[in-house]
Amino acid sequence: MTLSALATFAIFLCLIIGSVFTLVAGIGLVKLNDSMARLHAPTKAGTLGIGAFLVASMINSFTFGDGALHELLIMGFLFVTAPVSANFIAKVTIHKGACMTPPPPPQDDNWATLSTPDDGQKPDEPTRA
Amino acid sequence: MTDMEALANSLMTWSIYAAFVIVAVSQILAMIRLYVGPSVGDRILALDTMFINAIALLVLIGIFQGTQIYFEAVLIIAMLGFVSTVAYARFVLRGDIIE
Repeated sequence: MTLSALATFAIFLCLIIGSVFTLVAGIGLVKLNDSMARLHAPTKAGTLGIGAFLVASMINSFTFGDGALHELLIMGFLFVTAPVSANFIAKVTIHKGACMTPPPPPQDDNWATLSTPDDGQKPDEPTRA
Repeated sequence: MTDMEALANSLMTWSIYAAFVIVAVSQILAMIRLYVGPSVGDRILALDTMFINAIALLVLIGIFQGTQIYFEAVLIIAMLGFVSTVAYARFVLRGDIIE
């Protein structure tokens, strides 16, 4: 078995893994019945799926072309930003009351996510001259 | 070309087609959630997933055609996806994007 055949098998494997994770993400997004539960499927399985696709693309470029590690940039960016956007979406879900309200915080009156911009709970905002 | 390489190549071609179909199905499922989604958070999440799936489709086209030319487009779509998700979320949370 030559090296290029091995690499082609690796591409095949990465594509299959990515497809399975992407499909799990899509099914989970539709099938799960709670807003917070739905958040998990695409932000974790979907990110892993695209990671596998990008690995396949990298192996492909090394096997059949000049070879480049460009895809590491996309992978790093997606893996860094996926938890941040998931956190923002979770905040939106709490803010809109689409899930169980969390227990009250120990010190403050209310969670910052639940406060509206107009009730003056913004001590950290700089005043504009 | 040996038998093994022919088998590997046909498996890869077949798996690229399968991946195209599966990502498209996942995109349609995200679209269903975008249409149905009871709360705003679900709709933002569905849009974010659709961005990710669009990136996956472009990467697959890049593998299929054997080019590196879609790299910049993929990077820009990834950045726009993140920024638009954060902008939607901030708009819902604060009523304004840049306060």
